[in-house]
Amino acid sequence: MKITGAEIIIKTLIEQGVTDVFGYPGGQVINIYDALYKDSDKINHILTAHEQGAAHAADGYSRATGKVGVCIATSGPGATNLVTGIATAMLDSIPMVAITGNVPCSLIGKDSFQEIDITGITLPITKHNYFVNRIEDLADSIREAFAIAKSGRPGPVLVDVPKDVQVATYDFEPQGVVEKKPLPKANQDQIDEAIKLVNESKRPYIYIGGGAAGLGMGKDIIEFAKKIDACIGCTFMGLSAVPDGCDKFLGMQGMHGHYASSMAQKHADLIIGVGVRFSDRATGNTAKFAKGTKILQLDPDFAEINKNVNVDLGIVADVYDSFMRIAKGAEKSAKPEWSAQVEEFKAKENEIAEKAAKMAGDRMTPKMIFDVINKCKLPRTIITTDVGQHQMWAAQYSKFDTTRRFVSSGGLGTMGFGLGAAIGARVATNDPTILITGDGSFGMNLNELATAVTYNIPLVIVLANNGVLGMVRQWQNLFFQKRFSNTVLDRKTDFVKLAEAFGAVGMRAATIDEFEAAFKKAITVNGPVVIDTLIDKDEFVLPMLPPGGSIDDIIVEK
Amino acid sequence: MEKKNKFVIAVYVDNKYGVLTRVTSMFTRRGFNIDALTVGETERPEYSRITISMSGDGYAREQLINQLRKLYNVKKVDVLVDDSIKRELMLIKVKYTSETRADIISASDVYRGKVIDYTPSEMCIEVTGEPSKIDAFIKLMLPFGIIEMCRTGIVALERGNTSLLDK
Repeated sequence: MKITGAEIIIKTLIEQGVTDVFGYPGGQVINIYDALYKDSDKINHILTAHEQGAAHAADGYSRATGKVGVCIATSGPGATNLVTGIATAMLDSIPMVAITGNVPCSLIGKDSFQEIDITGITLPITKHNYFVNRIEDLADSIREAFAIAKSGRPGPVLVDVPKDVQVATYDFEPQGVVEKKPLPKANQDQIDEAIKLVNESKRPYIYIGGGAAGLGMGKDIIEFAKKIDACIGCTFMGLSAVPDGCDKFLGMQGMHGHYASSMAQKHADLIIGVGVRFSDRATGNTAKFAKGTKILQLDPDFAEINKNVNVDLGIVADVYDSFMRIAKGAEKSAKPEWSAQVEEFKAKENEIAEKAAKMAGDRMTPKMIFDVINKCKLPRTIITTDVGQHQMWAAQYSKFDTTRRFVSSGGLGTMGFGLGAAIGARVATNDPTILITGDGSFGMNLNELATAVTYNIPLVIVLANNGVLGMVRQWQNLFFQKRFSNTVLDRKTDFVKLAEAFGAVGMRAATIDEFEAAFKKAITVNGPVVIDTLIDKDEFVLPMLPPGGSIDDIIVEK
Repeated sequence: MEKKNKFVIAVYVDNKYGVLTRVTSMFTRRGFNIDALTVGETERPEYSRITISMSGDGYAREQLINQLRKLYNVKKVDVLVDDSIKRELMLIKVKYTSETRADIISASDVYRGKVIDYTPSEMCIEVTGEPSKIDAFIKLMLPFGIIEMCRTGIVALERGNTSLLDK
């Protein structure tokens, strides 16, 4: 049966199992939206306030579920507004398909109204992209886009479709959902070599990254750690891969990582990296990173082996399969000396925390806020964040009961990511969703509050309001002799009234008791709630490894 | 620090619109410095072959290969062995006078060049060979006055009866 290109796009999305898309209409996607209208019983479209919000929502949708997130935007500014969202997904390896309209082929290259070379613009920030100028290629291009987005190391794919291709007609036969290309299994020699490394290690550190976060292997990691008496740390992107409650788990390491986790990594004689890429925020100065420590790296992407740090053994294969075979083959052993040393690091970390708590006096500290959140939040809660100090506090203090519960822009560090992503995560899962944000980040894309209100999407938005751009201010405090250049916001925004103006619920908390009361109430509201949470402008995120430094330069107190 | 070496990489890519841009965009994004790049048809119409000359250490070479292999339209990447056949073509326009004409022509003969255009004051010579030979010829022509020149960059094949695609 012949149908239009626009209909082929929507029918192919449906065929690929897509049930929700995020987007914004415009001149060159009217036909796609018309096709969407006809199939609105099969596919749910969320109209965001801005295309950037749609891209972040598709990204959050994917992070919370592992499904491919989909967003749609028109040509020109619609497409360029997706760019930050696509780059965010790229840096964190999030599977996403972005569909853009473009001017008809006859107008391409003529600087036509709202014409932009979006495939050119997104070349370095997509895993692959398509400019589909023949209707014959349309359905297969979209299918390939899904296959590429979710196979191997996932990532975003953009499909740009000129208007005339949307209008033309062609045969369409629905096909099955494209499968992930299976990753190769590691050969036994490599697994044996890895097992040998593990067996020889006296101080193993299992290091979990984003590549493991979605694999649902938390229990397997804990079992393996117990078997070989290793401790477990994670990268920022690896948060929520290992459920809390295991005493082997030391939390995030790196620039703002837990003291015990970073110290254990430094003192380990073997780092077992599972889906990690040794980013600069995790390693600090690579010349000083893991000196004298052997590194075993399991990753699906061959280009990540020896890219940032040299490893002793890199196994490029199905990460879960490699991990399980190594875990099975490794000898069970107790390492009391190593455990004792790790316990010392933990004791020191507690000591630092207690000292900081004493110094805090009466003020409401970020730690106290997260203690309340952890205590009161509902099961399966997803924590999304924006970018800055609040994000690092969330990474340090949040507790997660299951996997895919932490949704945050790690690689690109996109301020303004959180609200769109929270909408996407909630739409995808219907699980309780909290957004931790700051007044700087929230200001970037708070327009999506309109989306959350319109679709009645319950979100608890904890706005850590300090009136400054806290993370940059912290650097200015530490490294720029307190020259607070352009980081004092001093805005007169009343976030309670702002929330109310959007049709959301607004509350304010100046003390921890007020916060607890507000939070407990907020999680019962069937719609978005903003809790304007007033914190001190000179709170620090600690510990901190100064930029270019290593664990030896760690700053633990103000 | 590891020494910088010159090496040549051959890449088979889909013969499709925009593929060369994907490759060169990746070089820019990853900060690779390329000495020369050529691209053209191959024995298989569905593929083009890109030949890249580059100098760098082992790390740079490994990174370049890995990042190339990740591109969706790249089918095959290989570093060519040192004794591969490498050729480059140059067109060079040189000024002459009645005193220098004979010298230029005999130099061209020694380098197996061909005079392919000839006007009362300049001649255009075509030279083919390994890049080092081209470099030497340019040096030889400098004193006479080079008006304009153009080099193609290297094309290269490994010796023997196999294709890179079969390797």
